Amino acid sequence: MELLSLSPPGWGGNLLRGLVNSLQIALGAFGMGLVIGLFGAYGKLYGGVVIRDLLGIYTTVIRAVPELVLILILYYVGTDLINKASEAMGYGRVEISGVVAGIWVLGIVQGAYSTEILRGAIQAVPKGQMEAARAYGMPAFLVMRRVTIPAMMSFAVPGLANLWLIATKDTALLAIVGFSELTLETKQAAASTRAYFTFFLAAGALYLIVTLLSGVVFGRIEKWARRGQPSLRTGQSR
Amino acid sequence: MGLDDNLAQEAGQNTADEAIKVTDLHKSFGTLEVLKGVSLTAQKGDVVAIIGGSGSGKSTLLRCINFLETPTSGTITVSGEDVEMRADGSPANRRQLERIRTRLAMVFQAFNLWTHRTLLENVIEVPVYVLKMPRAEAIKKAKVLLDRVGLGDKAETFPSFLSGGQQQRAAIARALAVDPSVMLFDEPTSALDPELVGEVLTVIRDLAAEGRTMLLVTHEMKFAREVATHIIYLYEGRIEEQGPPDAVFGNPKSPRLQQFLKTVGW
Ligand SMILES: Nc1ncnc2c1ncn2[C@@H]1O[C@H](COP(=O)(O)OP(=O)(O)O)[C@@H](O)[C@H]1O
Ligand SMILES: [Mg+2]
Repeated sequence: MELLSLSPPGWGGNLLRGLVNSLQIALGAFGMGLVIGLFGAYGKLYGGVVIRDLLGIYTTVIRAVPELVLILILYYVGTDLINKASEAMGYGRVEISGVVAGIWVLGIVQGAYSTEILRGAIQAVPKGQMEAARAYGMPAFLVMRRVTIPAMMSFAVPGLANLWLIATKDTALLAIVGFSELTLETKQAAASTRAYFTFFLAAGALYLIVTLLSGVVFGRIEKWARRGQPSLRTGQSR
Repeated sequence: MGLDDNLAQEAGQNTADEAIKVTDLHKSFGTLEVLKGVSLTAQKGDVVAIIGGSGSGKSTLLRCINFLETPTSGTITVSGEDVEMRADGSPANRRQLERIRTRLAMVFQAFNLWTHRTLLENVIEVPVYVLKMPRAEAIKKAKVLLDRVGLGDKAETFPSFLSGGQQQRAAIARALAVDPSVMLFDEPTSALDPELVGEVLTVIRDLAAEGRTMLLVTHEMKFAREVATHIIYLYEGRIEEQGPPDAVFGNPKSPRLQQFLKTVGW
């Protein structure tokens, strides 16, 4: 147990630092995915042929290739491109922060899934909701902000909750590019102490806690998003 | 755009009494021509009832007036101001259209209240976010309007928890909240259970009595005869017959109108 203590020689502090890194990346990637997803969904629904085709390629390719492979490609290609660009402009190689790279790589992956979730959610909103807004003189952006997005939330939240959990777990894949998130920290702690069972059990517990807390948070969000809808169970009052 | 601006603008026009004018409106969906040259005028305070069989183009006519559908050709004039159009009928000036739309309040067959907002939030939405009215003022006004349609105690309720009649009355309160120049009703009672029709018609009757300008698409012939100042009978995208209610209902000339009135049990 003292192996898990927060201060050295315990490794608990390292594990928590890894967890914080993981959550940081998951949050950033999920947020970036939402932004990409919103643009992607609107592009797919209302964009011209070219935009629709490009988005189609993006979502298909990202969802077809295994995430581990994507991470390797995006990470190495991405850092390579940035360094080439930086050298071309005469700055020399740049040090890319692991968190930023992680967010960038996972964010692109998340964006593809978000695009599809949000597109489906927008399409599920009855047309009359947007039509009423337009009929009363709302400009397009206001319609999106005041009507479409809040109205689609209840359709999107369950899918987005899944996506968030995937984001937290995908951070583990970043261990392969040497980023010290929870899984890599755990592996190092385990290897140094040979207490594999202890550390991986601890890491598993941490992931489980994150999942449980997320469930509570998303449950609240979903309840809020469903305000105004009679519940299926009672068919009546809130 | 406040009420004062509207008045100032209307005073600047010569056609001060003309609330709405539609001139030679055509609308096709692909090769299907739904409106084949419809013209109509409503003076301030007029209640124009539009009747006609299913598919005759009544909804399309109303929806072209606020450009929910893009007309193929023709002009729409609201309070003397032409809606600027491109050659293909699409609106040429988005801002102008949005401003004009705030003066045309539409009441839909399916209510189309925003389901994620309470009745009060539905009623203040356009005044606050489009007309930029101070929130407190909008709320005060909304409560008066909800009271007026008999929903003062439902302000904090979400639409889905109410009956169709209550939802439609709330939708009328939402329409009144923008101080519209013209109200557009598209079969406001067609989606209601028969016992709920009366409560909505009562509200509309009151509005007609206080001199609101409206275009009213309806299948309630008795009601149309009672409240309308002018009846338009639409047949396959053309005005087949029109006139004062007593003439149109009491002495229909067109055989098609006679037939139509018979089928609706007049
Ligand atoms: N968006 C649309 N696309 C194609 N056809 C349409 C569309 N809207 C209406 N129509 C057609 O136009 C005709 C008139 O429709 P509508 O104006 O809704 O009639 P009404 O309201 O008088 O019943 C119908 O034949 C209908 O099928
Ligand atoms: Mg119709």
